[in-house]
Amino acid sequence: MKREEILQKYTPELENILFILHDLQDNNPQHYLSKEDLEAVANYLNVPYSYVHGVATFYSMFSLKPRGKYIIRVCESPACHLMGSSNIIYELAKLLGIGIGETTSDGLFTLELSSCLGVCGVAPAMMINDEVYGNLTPEKIRQIIEEKRRER
Amino acid sequence: MAEMVKLYIDGKEVEVPKGTTILEAAQKLGIYIPTLCYHPDLRPTGACGICVVEVEGAPTPKRACCTPVTEGMKVTTNSKSLRELRKGIIELLLSDHHVDCPSCPANEKCELQSLANYLGVDMNALPKILERKPLDETSIAIVRDPNKCILCGRCIIVCNELQTVSAITYTNRGFEAHVDTFFSMGLGNSSCVNCGQCTVYCPTGALTEKSEIDMVWDAILDPDKHVVVQEAPALRATLGEEFGMEPGTVTTGKMYAVLKKLGFDVVFDTNFAADLTIMEEANEFVQRVKNGGPLPLITSCSPGWIKFMETFFPDIAKHVSTCKSPQQMFGALAKTYYAKEAGVDPSKIVSVSIMPCTAKKYEARRPEMRDSGYQDVDYVLTTRELVRMIKEAGIDYKNLPEEEADELMGMYTGAGTIFGATGGVMEAAVRTAYWMITGRNMEKVDLKVVRGIEGIKEAEVDIDGLKVKVAVAHGLGNARELLTKVRKQLEETGESEYAFIEIMACPGGCVGGGGQPKGSDFARRARRGEGLYKEDKSLRYRCSHENPAIKRVYEKFLEKPGSEIAHKLLHTYYFKRNIVSGEAIEEVTHKH
Amino acid sequence: MKLQRAHVLVSVDPETVMAGAKEVEERLIKEIESRGLSDEIKVLETGTLGISGKGVVLVVYPEGIYYENVKPDDVPKIVEEHLLKGRPVKELMLPELPVRAVKRETVGLTRKQVRIVLENAGVIDPENIEEYIAVGGYEALEKALTSMKPEEVIEEVKKSGLRGRGGAGFPTGLKWEFTRKAEGDIKYVICNADEGEPGTFKDRLILEGDPHKLLEGMMLCAYAIGARKGYIYIRGEYALSIKRMQKAIDDAYKYGLLGEDILGTGFSFDIEIKKGAGAYVCGEETALIESLEGKRGQPRFKPPYPVTHGLWQKPTVVNNVETLANVPSIIKNGAEWYKKFGTEKSTGTKVYTILGHVKYPGLIEVEMGTPLREIIFSYGGGIKNGKKFKAALVGGAAGVFLPDRLLDVKMDFDNLKEYKAVLGSGAILVMNEDACMVDMLFSIIRFFYHESCGKCTPCRIGTRELLELIKKVRKGEGEESDLDKMIKISESMWKSSFCPLGQSLIMPVKSAIENFREEFVKHLDKEFHCENCRR
Repeated sequence: MKREEILQKYTPELENILFILHDLQDNNPQHYLSKEDLEAVANYLNVPYSYVHGVATFYSMFSLKPRGKYIIRVCESPACHLMGSSNIIYELAKLLGIGIGETTSDGLFTLELSSCLGVCGVAPAMMINDEVYGNLTPEKIRQIIEEKRRER
Repeated sequence: MAEMVKLYIDGKEVEVPKGTTILEAAQKLGIYIPTLCYHPDLRPTGACGICVVEVEGAPTPKRACCTPVTEGMKVTTNSKSLRELRKGIIELLLSDHHVDCPSCPANEKCELQSLANYLGVDMNALPKILERKPLDETSIAIVRDPNKCILCGRCIIVCNELQTVSAITYTNRGFEAHVDTFFSMGLGNSSCVNCGQCTVYCPTGALTEKSEIDMVWDAILDPDKHVVVQEAPALRATLGEEFGMEPGTVTTGKMYAVLKKLGFDVVFDTNFAADLTIMEEANEFVQRVKNGGPLPLITSCSPGWIKFMETFFPDIAKHVSTCKSPQQMFGALAKTYYAKEAGVDPSKIVSVSIMPCTAKKYEARRPEMRDSGYQDVDYVLTTRELVRMIKEAGIDYKNLPEEEADELMGMYTGAGTIFGATGGVMEAAVRTAYWMITGRNMEKVDLKVVRGIEGIKEAEVDIDGLKVKVAVAHGLGNARELLTKVRKQLEETGESEYAFIEIMACPGGCVGGGGQPKGSDFARRARRGEGLYKEDKSLRYRCSHENPAIKRVYEKFLEKPGSEIAHKLLHTYYFKRNIVSGEAIEEVTHKH
Repeated sequence: MKLQRAHVLVSVDPETVMAGAKEVEERLIKEIESRGLSDEIKVLETGTLGISGKGVVLVVYPEGIYYENVKPDDVPKIVEEHLLKGRPVKELMLPELPVRAVKRETVGLTRKQVRIVLENAGVIDPENIEEYIAVGGYEALEKALTSMKPEEVIEEVKKSGLRGRGGAGFPTGLKWEFTRKAEGDIKYVICNADEGEPGTFKDRLILEGDPHKLLEGMMLCAYAIGARKGYIYIRGEYALSIKRMQKAIDDAYKYGLLGEDILGTGFSFDIEIKKGAGAYVCGEETALIESLEGKRGQPRFKPPYPVTHGLWQKPTVVNNVETLANVPSIIKNGAEWYKKFGTEKSTGTKVYTILGHVKYPGLIEVEMGTPLREIIFSYGGGIKNGKKFKAALVGGAAGVFLPDRLLDVKMDFDNLKEYKAVLGSGAILVMNEDACMVDMLFSIIRFFYHESCGKCTPCRIGTRELLELIKKVRKGEGEESDLDKMIKISESMWKSSFCPLGQSLIMPVKSAIENFREEFVKHLDKEFHCENCRR
């Protein structure tokens, strides 16, 4: 969907800004908000550009940097930490050859951390885009990444 | 009558109107509560927590700056636990602060430094956690040092609410939170208009002018250079307070003396150029009245306002006077008229101006400001920079014997001096426009209705039966409000109720400028303004057209107001600018 | 609800979807169709059943038989044997019926939970408004609108003793009364569904399992305070919750339960969902309001409180999901009925998430005042794998670490206060003897460090300093004075932070260091080896 069409879905009121930013980001193949996106939002809502930047950078679900096809968000909440999330993060970073916040050179994976995904019942957990993966083990991680690589 | 609330602070009873904060109530009692992020001109944000006080019955201390009083409240402002707490907060701030006090531009003016001194804080109580970040040096006028920012939020309130420029805001979150521009492009690539109010309100050295002190020292010491200096009206009403004199004390003679002592070759005065501006601008006004507009005519001497107009109101550019600001008129003359009169090679002249302003740095470097064939003004120092130079040179300003300015471009009238206060340009212009239209001076030259600190002032001036409605706005938030109204009137009816409008970017006018000493609050600005009006009253000539030096420059060089050469040297044109980046897009008025 | 011989409930939540719940459901429908049972047996999606780590879970009613770890290939057998022939498939049944999964007497389990908030979760199809109505849903609304004045609704809630389940425990009825009496014609009700407390997903269970109960609670609140508009602020990560709630809202409009002139009583009310974007601090009510208005979610100064100056400066009630979900039962059954549950000053029930090294991680609803020991050892089944209990982190990240000797605390607002603890979100994270307190505290401080909004100095820099210090201790480079510094900083944060986020870090810091000081001191020794701290 084009940027303008996305904006037009919402009334130009400030209270819709998070919805709009989500929508723009979700419709971007690289899962991020570009400078042009933020400019368009500021113009549409009639607020200063810096304002939109301030809002977009406050919330951890928004990214101003291009990201991979699969955004891996590993939960590092105390609940997941207790159940071994740091091993999972270590394993993923090794497997993908990237650090936190980085994207693989093939543009497939971005590795991020989350403060809490709200699926503590299956700790340690992670999300890949909208899908939840829980009760993770290094073994499982390798399978999941393999599968995603095959799917690409 | 407001409902009154009685409370007790440190055992003393006080009665204040409902809605008063604990801090205000304490101030009424003369009780000092330390503050850091709080500033009397701005709404409190409650960011720092320094002003915590104990309230009987409350489990934890309360912030005095934003806690409203309640009936019977019992407040303790000083206790061991509170002192510890305040100390702890300063320790936290220092652990995340680039501490280089002696070389910091905010040294001795820094509110963090003074609190740390006052509370006796151990600078190394906590491990240093500062992650050095690069400075934002993209702007010609202002430098932002994130390593000194304490996130008090004052600059953000000033930029967004007071000035409605919105170049900066809070960005990111938590420890990563910082003050930033849109997409971190830097102030120089933003809608920032260089007004510098953020630098006045910044309690530390995080926001300062881009210093040109070193270049000026070099020029002074270079035997091959001929350094000419001009000083804005507001300087004479400000320098004294920086050296222990009462705010508002006018120290014109000492100011000339100190500049000579610092080694400037020739000491002139921007006030002369202010008189010249009035000649050109009053003439422009009279011509516009006679030739059917376009009216209102809006003043053009505040460069912060000019960039603001170019960014947010380019559609009204044709209403803005084509006159350059006094600084730039002076600059164009220094390398032409003065060079010729004094027989100096203009390429050897270094033209320095000392301004209460940061936007003047930007103005001096606008590419169109080279009508003398050179960059008309080479360096611009703020009041703060001059004060630092005086201190570096170890001069005892307070006890300096008075001296005179050099004559050719140093003589001025009361009209020139009141340029430094809000309403001053309007008042000065009316004095001369009256004379231009009627051929005689006003009986009473004082136009008190346009003076004072109120945000938007209006008056009707009677010029021999010609009724002229004028308005004065200072502070860009007020300017925006007034211009939005004017724009609407123009769009709807093609004309506005106002014939003449003065706009100054800074609250209080230039005495409240962005280059003025840190911590200048509204009250102090008002006192400086009063100082200038006092000087106006004491001067022999109070109308620009009476200035002998002005008469001479027209006789010898400029012919008459609005002449071809006057237009070449003293007038300018404007651009429409990109709101995101501040870049010029296209000319919206043209030089004739 | 049409009369059917049997219902098969498929638990659909992020966890079970991950395990293949959708595939199982599809297969079920296909198998039932192919055997011509579609008219007799209905397949329903329901929210999480409160059972974790057991893959796809199905329940077959009326017997109330639970199947765990169901794979699509198991489906034909279940349909053939159980649904067709009435012979439950033993090998797929939950071997040991976990006490926490108890629904109703009909299920015939030994230990009862008292389910008020979760009475329908896992029982009805959350996407079918008729099912909610069939189990008595919207009766409370009808009762209030037709036979009670708004003041009477408030009075009933006040009498019930209901206190906010978001953490602070403020009396709900009082909050409503303040808002009703506040000046102004425009008022708002906001449901705080920005559930971000680590270890907590109880609100998600309600949003996904019984959305109409929440809507009814909001409607009752709106009627009571005189609001015309309500918002549900749901955290951005809860995609399914947002979908289910939106469906519920759409259905409520269709049934005339939202919109103009509801049930012909003249009462009008609209509800809109707002989606968060990842900020724990937005769980604080004023930060949530800021975020809802489209700003950075930084807290506002209080006073004024939202009850007089809330959303767009209008009087506003902000209530947690669980709080609002209690209201329909209170109005339907009366305050006296409600007060029978719980303790004198903490009435009703509380939903807990039991996590960590317990046998049955999951979610339970029990009466206020239930001892922590009972929750962990009876409902949670105790420590798994024969390990020993070490500590429980009670109340989420902003909670306290309790050692064994403090486990007899009765879980309610006032009792916990005596232990300098809070009920918080109801998260109980249980640690066995292998867990390291230094490492756990590190994880908590890191959480706060990431989630501080950055507005106030004590929290912004304090969290970073604490992180620096705990890292030092973790690495074996700490000194005894660092432990005192940590307590001092968190104390100063408690006293001078702007909002509850920074104020509450003292609880985990102090309780960890004080209750497990020996372990911290051990870490100061450079030679000490700790598996968890990776040294």
